Amino acid sequence: MGTIQPKVSEPVSDELALVQAAKAGDVGAFEDLVRRYDRNVFRIAQHITQNREDAEDVVQDAFLKAYGNLAQFQGQSKFYTWLVRIVVNEALMKLRRRRPERMVSLDEDVKTEDDSVPREVADWSPNPEQLYSQSELHDILSRTIQGLPPSFRTVFVLRDVEGLSTEETAEALSLSIPAVKSRLLRARLQLRERLSRFFQKRKNGGDRNGGDHNQ
Amino acid sequence: MKCSDFLQELTNYLDGVLDARTKAELEDHLAWCHNCYVVCDTTKKTIEIYRDSQLYELPDDLRTRLRTAIMSKCKQKKAESSS
Repeated sequence: MGTIQPKVSEPVSDELALVQAAKAGDVGAFEDLVRRYDRNVFRIAQHITQNREDAEDVVQDAFLKAYGNLAQFQGQSKFYTWLVRIVVNEALMKLRRRRPERMVSLDEDVKTEDDSVPREVADWSPNPEQLYSQSELHDILSRTIQGLPPSFRTVFVLRDVEGLSTEETAEALSLSIPAVKSRLLRARLQLRERLSRFFQKRKNGGDRNGGDHNQ
Repeated sequence: MKCSDFLQELTNYLDGVLDARTKAELEDHLAWCHNCYVVCDTTKKTIEIYRDSQLYELPDDLRTRLRTAIMSKCKQKKAESSS
């Protein structure tokens, strides 16, 4: 069984030149950086906030904050990692405002009983995503990841969707590397468990209502 | 190797960051433990489905609107700071 391959390529080397130009007052260079990363920023923001309007606000607020603080970017990390750190902070602030009754923190190492012990061990269909239309699939994926604690889904989206390395994720979230690894493992296992209800092989074929059965 | 040991190393295994010896032990376990094989395979599929799903793609019209708003505020900030 092979390892997973990250889909995100390394940023091109002119990035630092764009950042330097933007720092020197070239607004057009900053616009190039916005174009380069706005899709990633939106995806991360919506994964964390789980709300479209909030994600739109986060895109604007994060880029404006980055623009206003460009002087503080020293170039020790990639610009993208530095930007992601701002995005995650803005997104978590939105989440806290919307759910003031629940503490939202990246430090929480949520312990739910046996959350990582696999219960569902049935094989999946060979092409599980083809069981559903794209909008059905998006609905399933969206509802499934919503059920994870924010600290888990943030690590999952940075590592597995955006393709940041463990070290970059740790840096962007101010977490230790073991903390990133532990959250990632549990996030992956919990998502797998929940998706199994939709994607496992059907004994009677054709039945797609597997999500209703209790585990 | 017990199933719980396998689970602990699952993320490192899928990320391809294990040393050769641990990797061989894991693959040895996978060869006879069907449950761990299924968990490993479906975890890999979980990651690939999310990664390839194009969930939360930014629509072009919204993208243009957001970028226009961002850039107009950036230009405003620049004008304020240079005046």
